[in-house]
Amino acid sequence: MLDLAVIVNNFTFLVVQGLLGLGGFTGGTLRLAIPAIVLGFVLGIFIGIARLARAWWISVPATLYVEFFRGVPLVMVIFWIWFIIPQLLRLPIPEYGVALTAFVIFEAAYFGEIVRAGIQSVPRGQVEAATALGLTRAQSMRYVVLPQAIRNMVPSLVTQMIVLFKDTSLASIIGYVDLTKAAQIVNNREIRPFELYLFIAVVYFIFTYSMSRIAGRFERRLA
Amino acid sequence: MTDTVIEFRDVNKWFGNIHVLRDINLAVEMGEVVVVCGPSGSGKSTLIRCVNALEPIQGGELVVLGESLTKPGVNLPALRTRVGMVFQSFNLFPHMTVLENIMLAPVKVRGLSAAEASRVARALLERVRIPDKAENYPANLSGGQQQRVAIARALAMQPKIMLFDEPTSALDPEMINEVLDVMTDLARDGMTMMVVTHEMGFARRVAHRIVFMDAGQVVEEAPPDLFFAAAKSDRAREFLSKILTH
Repeated sequence: MLDLAVIVNNFTFLVVQGLLGLGGFTGGTLRLAIPAIVLGFVLGIFIGIARLARAWWISVPATLYVEFFRGVPLVMVIFWIWFIIPQLLRLPIPEYGVALTAFVIFEAAYFGEIVRAGIQSVPRGQVEAATALGLTRAQSMRYVVLPQAIRNMVPSLVTQMIVLFKDTSLASIIGYVDLTKAAQIVNNREIRPFELYLFIAVVYFIFTYSMSRIAGRFERRLA
Repeated sequence: MTDTVIEFRDVNKWFGNIHVLRDINLAVEMGEVVVVCGPSGSGKSTLIRCVNALEPIQGGELVVLGESLTKPGVNLPALRTRVGMVFQSFNLFPHMTVLENIMLAPVKVRGLSAAEASRVARALLERVRIPDKAENYPANLSGGQQQRVAIARALAMQPKIMLFDEPTSALDPEMINEVLDVMTDLARDGMTMMVVTHEMGFARRVAHRIVFMDAGQVVEEAPPDLFFAAAKSDRAREFLSKILTH
């Protein structure tokens, strides 16, 4: 039988600490996921545009960046920043800083690819028509290419945001008390894995499903 | 003495190793309608795409409306506002209504107010005979209507020259004439036009001069009556026999 008392009794710890990050420990799934998504996407826009730059000294580093971070596991990036950067800089970085930096750097590579593909999905004739009308490169990007590119990007962007949201559970390996880690802590005391992990699965699902619903509405509005 | 508005002087162009334009010498006068024809791959589209610098040239000089396109520091966006272009595949902006398509460049490039640009756009839609489609999106228009919007969009910048790159090749046969009629009106109003087309009836009726190209060269230039009745080159006669017999 499900014993939901374990959820009720530990609800504050799971939600306030694990989900929101407002408890006594450094942590919080939303506190990490939201800025990681926003900053990762912003950095990704720059990387995506840089990959398409004509100047090789812009496009080549951007390409190397993407290939490199897509080629290594996220856990490894977290460990590097956790162990190596403090040694190099000779100053400690708190868990939150490590986790956020790792996610932004790692996810920006994926967001960059989505942005690049979105821009390239706009037919060449669109740019030619804009150019022929006398628009500058920046104007044709702003008024003609990006509005169409973003519409094409939405499904992949949402998928990536959902992946990132769930991947924040990896931050628990450096002691960041997110939802997954909070459930683990409670479970160590209560030994109620089924209830606890079912509960956090529901919480993750509510957020990811909401993201895909909002995106669906956004897509219809753009269409 | 008439004004030369487009002048090719020994123009050469390569795509990689492929020599697509060979020693082109060609002048177009103000108010002239020039039809460029020739077999596919002969370089005729490339030729007119050079005029508004959508394609750069690698040799010779090309002077358009008094500006040498190869001169360093030439302001290409400014030049392009004076050279309108219509494409085979229309290239309307799908995320904008017909009216917004026409208004974009006048507002963003020429700095017209939205009200003024909208007035100009509606007047142009009258001129291309689809005033009732202003609020539609391109996807809801027929090919012929889309191409007429594309013509209106180019005209909204009040160009001195209009380039047409196979404007009817992507159209169903029953829509070709509605586009050619608009182009004929434009020619009658004195617009300088360079038109790449296989519509030989249009060429015969409207063009002042036919330029026949093959293998990247201008093989022959002649007024239409002369060209169709007695083309001088074998290649032109062969081309005409192929396209006029079906």
